[in-house]
Amino acid sequence: MIKIWSMKKNEDAAAKKKPKVSAAQIRVQKDLTELDLPSTMTTNFPDPADLLNFTLNIKPDEGMYKGGSFNFSFTINNNYPHDPPKVKCLQTIYHPNVDLEGNVCLNILREDWKPVLNLNSVMVGLQYLFLEPNADDPLNKEAALEMTKNRDQFLQNVKSSMRGGSLKGQQYDNVLR
Amino acid sequence: MPSGCPCVSLDASCVSASHSSASVTQSYSLTQAHKPTIMATVAEPNAIVDWPDRYAHIDQILENAGPRTDPAFAAGDEVKGFLRTQAKVLVIGAGGLGCEILANLALTGFKDIHVIDMDTIDVSNLNRQFLFRPKDVGKSKANCAAEFIMKRVPGVVVTPYFGKIQDKDEDYYMQFNLVICGLDSVEARRWMSATLVNMVDPENPESLKPLIDGGTEGFKGQARVILPTITSCYECSLDMLNKQTVFPICTIANTPRLPEHCIEWASVLEWPRIQADKKLDTDDPDHINWLYTKALARAKEFKIEGVTWSLTQGVVKHIIPAIASTNAIIAAACCNEAFKIATTSAAFLNNYFMLIGTEGIYSYTFEHEKRPDCPVCGGEALEMTISADLTLEELIELLQEKQDIQIKKPSLSTADTQLYLQAPPQLEAATRPNLLKKVSELVKGDAAITVTSSTLPFNLTLRIVYN
Ligand SMILES: [Zn+2]
Repeated sequence: MIKIWSMKKNEDAAAKKKPKVSAAQIRVQKDLTELDLPSTMTTNFPDPADLLNFTLNIKPDEGMYKGGSFNFSFTINNNYPHDPPKVKCLQTIYHPNVDLEGNVCLNILREDWKPVLNLNSVMVGLQYLFLEPNADDPLNKEAALEMTKNRDQFLQNVKSSMRGGSLKGQQYDNVLR
Repeated sequence: MPSGCPCVSLDASCVSASHSSASVTQSYSLTQAHKPTIMATVAEPNAIVDWPDRYAHIDQILENAGPRTDPAFAAGDEVKGFLRTQAKVLVIGAGGLGCEILANLALTGFKDIHVIDMDTIDVSNLNRQFLFRPKDVGKSKANCAAEFIMKRVPGVVVTPYFGKIQDKDEDYYMQFNLVICGLDSVEARRWMSATLVNMVDPENPESLKPLIDGGTEGFKGQARVILPTITSCYECSLDMLNKQTVFPICTIANTPRLPEHCIEWASVLEWPRIQADKKLDTDDPDHINWLYTKALARAKEFKIEGVTWSLTQGVVKHIIPAIASTNAIIAAACCNEAFKIATTSAAFLNNYFMLIGTEGIYSYTFEHEKRPDCPVCGGEALEMTISADLTLEELIELLQEKQDIQIKKPSLSTADTQLYLQAPPQLEAATRPNLLKKVSELVKGDAAITVTSSTLPFNLTLRIVYN
């Protein structure tokens, strides 16, 4: 058997032995404690001891969704950051990139996710969706169509949906504080 | 060892013993009485009881030193004895790669092999997982593979475990000389690599177990040698993985063009919408059926062809077509490394071999570097001796005063609990009461503390000793 031990650098420290914290846990701790969020975003942990399940609240201070308060759930598995966090919108909202089930079309949550990205990038990306909805990547097709076809009507629809109104028979959640 | 005739309690070693006296070695068969039973594997390594010239070819390597042999190489009986009576290897996975690895190890002369696999045999495995037969469908891969090898290669003892690698603790992994992984799951490989890194005890050379990791994806594959804490670990290379094919959710929702789009629509959007909180189990044929029916209907609607039951299963389980020849090449590379490391007969791989067989055959070997900020094997370690009366707040002040590590606003946790997190505000508030508590009350025994900080590109492991 090869003697590998001699290849080991004489590192200081009997301390080199590691705690049994999973790599995912360490990354989440680092991501969360280094979040650099604008005042428009706050995280909420139903169980502060559980860093893997929490919600994010976004209150856009500009753009057409200004005045709304939007909640997203974050679920992180033990294969993070190989797997991206799972994010869902917790309210029924009228938005071209969010469907009625709360699925969100944001490239870095799926096809463009990489382990070098972090929770901060996802959160900033989510906020950006409220500032610049993207009609080219629709999840709510009707909203996207309205946005490109008739922007004034779209803006009106956004306002009324945020008050809890219904559009074409679909009831939306009141997101005004 | 049970008393009485050893042949009653099993076993492969007495099978080979009976052959050692046989003058004709080419044809042999097992008598029923000697049929190895899995439950009764012997723990005791076999004596060298092989028939003459059994390992004539292997012995040519082991009987003489060559230009690339390690200085410690002890040609002849010593190295043969180690390989055949002492070396104990663990194979993780008894699937496509695992079957090849087990056969190679047994035929090169390893005699004490253990194998772990949590899966059962599926009919679709039979084309390449050659240790299994149609009658084995539904049975444990680990058990069947072990039984087959022992039947076919006399004198080899394969001890199977039908279950998860996570079921076993450090004491279990400590018994092996080396570990070979032939897995298709990133998560399992991360776990195994991290476990072996964590096992390294600076005071015990035996705690350092070489890990040989093989992986294949279609025509591509890699074999690598990981010397835990010395060379780059699996976690270090996480960002090198080939990305899974993932389709944009809006394409799936609105503009499907491929059968895969329809299947992902069924699993990503329709399942949660209709089944609500019911968790999708990709191993449950009923669930796959449900997805298949939904995907097929959608494919009809969009005039897309090609949605089948097996494609549905393949897409939701992220199955990449397994190629028998790729598995064979990678398994051979892994076993070659295992042999060289166990015998010191030649220099071993440093440390990453990749094979790309998609267009022609291309292979490349390079040294993958350890990542200084790897959360598993990187980072820094620090031991601090403090008074049992020191509070957490005082400990944090001490840390920040350390000139050599330049740490600002550290967050601290142990494996079980968060000690103090600087942000977000809610977690800071929740952990703030700990600041006034004594460290000795918060951290029991010799538990280590994980420290992260925005000024540290890596994480720091802090070990506390009380004076
Ligand atoms: Zn590493």
